[in-house]
Amino acid sequence: MKLLSVFALLLAILCPATSFAARQSSYELMTPENQAMQDDPNLNPAQFWVMDGQSLWQERVGKRNISCASCHGESKTAMRGVAVQFPKMVQGKLQTLEGQINQCRVTRQHAPRLAYESKELLALTVFVATQSKGMPIAVEETPTNKASLQKGRQWFDTRMGQLNLSCAQCHEDRAGLKLGGSSIPQGHPTAYPIYRLEWQNLGSLQRRLRNCMSGVRAQQFEYGSPEMAQLELFLMWRARGMPLETPGVRP
Amino acid sequence: MSKTSRTSITMPAQAKKDSVIEIRAIAQHDMETGFRYTEAGKLVPRDIIHFFTCRYNGVEVFKAEFHPGTGANPLIVFTTIATESGTLQFEWQGDGAYEAVNQSQITVT
Amino acid sequence: MNKHTYPRRRWLSVFSLLGIGTWLNPVLVFAKKPEAMEAITKIVGSQVPKDGRVKLVIPPLVENGNLVVLKVSVESPMTAQDYVKAIHVIAEGNPLPNIFSAFLTPRSGTANITTRVRLAETQRVWAIAQMSDGSFWQGYAETLVTLSACTEAI
Repeated sequence: MKLLSVFALLLAILCPATSFAARQSSYELMTPENQAMQDDPNLNPAQFWVMDGQSLWQERVGKRNISCASCHGESKTAMRGVAVQFPKMVQGKLQTLEGQINQCRVTRQHAPRLAYESKELLALTVFVATQSKGMPIAVEETPTNKASLQKGRQWFDTRMGQLNLSCAQCHEDRAGLKLGGSSIPQGHPTAYPIYRLEWQNLGSLQRRLRNCMSGVRAQQFEYGSPEMAQLELFLMWRARGMPLETPGVRP
Repeated sequence: MSKTSRTSITMPAQAKKDSVIEIRAIAQHDMETGFRYTEAGKLVPRDIIHFFTCRYNGVEVFKAEFHPGTGANPLIVFTTIATESGTLQFEWQGDGAYEAVNQSQITVT
Repeated sequence: MNKHTYPRRRWLSVFSLLGIGTWLNPVLVFAKKPEAMEAITKIVGSQVPKDGRVKLVIPPLVENGNLVVLKVSVESPMTAQDYVKAIHVIAEGNPLPNIFSAFLTPRSGTANITTRVRLAETQRVWAIAQMSDGSFWQGYAETLVTLSACTEAI
């Protein structure tokens, strides 16, 4: 028994909070009512955006007057497993899911790009991501994304803002402890886009990261910027193997 | 200027006569309270759904009144007795001539 | 008995009784917020709502007050002769005390309602039920809200 407790202590010291065995989605920290809100599509407010996305998937747009469905076909089959691979390197550029959707719009549909946090972009993103619900996040380190992943890890470990805090200091070193009345989550992006009760709206991971940065009084990364994509890449890699919960509800 | 939005109804399609069924009704709506300010300091005017009604084969069986304190994307879960087969009609009315309707069929045996 | 200790003992027992009394029945000691009281009076008129039959359930600790699940259940046979006509939910700590009302009929089956409300701060929430016989019953629940709901800049 004593040997077991010593071993457990060593394990706790040597393995950081996000060692594979100890990773936890912030879903676990929510009240049962909020968890039920996420789990039941009839209660989840994000479901409306998923329905909007379903319509947009079929909508013909742009100079070429084609819809997503025109090229990709039925979303359930075509888009299954797609969201869990993002962010990824596409033709030499690191793309987030939102970035890729806009890339398709501009180059294939010849339609204007959709603004970040616009109803349309959120609807399409959550619709595509929902097709991968339940699947493990599949972002791995590859020779092509290695440099971006390293940059993302640097952003995570670098102190920023007037409060001079890095992401790691709270979400790695102090995950599970309390800040104010709330438990500090590990910060895995397993449920994005989320319906955040604070926003009373659906929002992207980038919106949430900007909230974090304003929390430490740092200059926020711009929507769609390379820094955002690098940080997203690192966070998704850090969460690899965890199941995608989209569409999520968070307080 | 009238406007509408998506709504969703969850209720059983079949029920035994005189059993109690649960109905969930949710509408996509920001329920703007009228207490919020823009970054420029301008008051955002109130814009909410005020009434929700449920009619069972034309007879009103349930009504709810929402106020600014009702949450966004308002949800209401209530019960009704499955008296006969037919149509349940749901209606939401609010500011800015907002109106939304939905319906659901039920077979009562 | 020593003459000097008697008055001190008496004061001690008075204060402890007051303390216990506060703990046992805070309603008498902490008054309802005036606007909430006014809203309730508008509903019940000259009547005094009776305690009981109304069960209001909200999570005791709320992470965000923007969307709080609220369940009301009122004991009633729900027959044509004896049913719940209306349920009004009043929040003591919101900018507007009336937050939600439901109007039921004998065809409702039960007087169980679930909705989601905004709570601006830690507070007590009341549910007032109006019965078909004209009587009013009330119940309440208290909750701790860790983040405000109603006041927010876009």
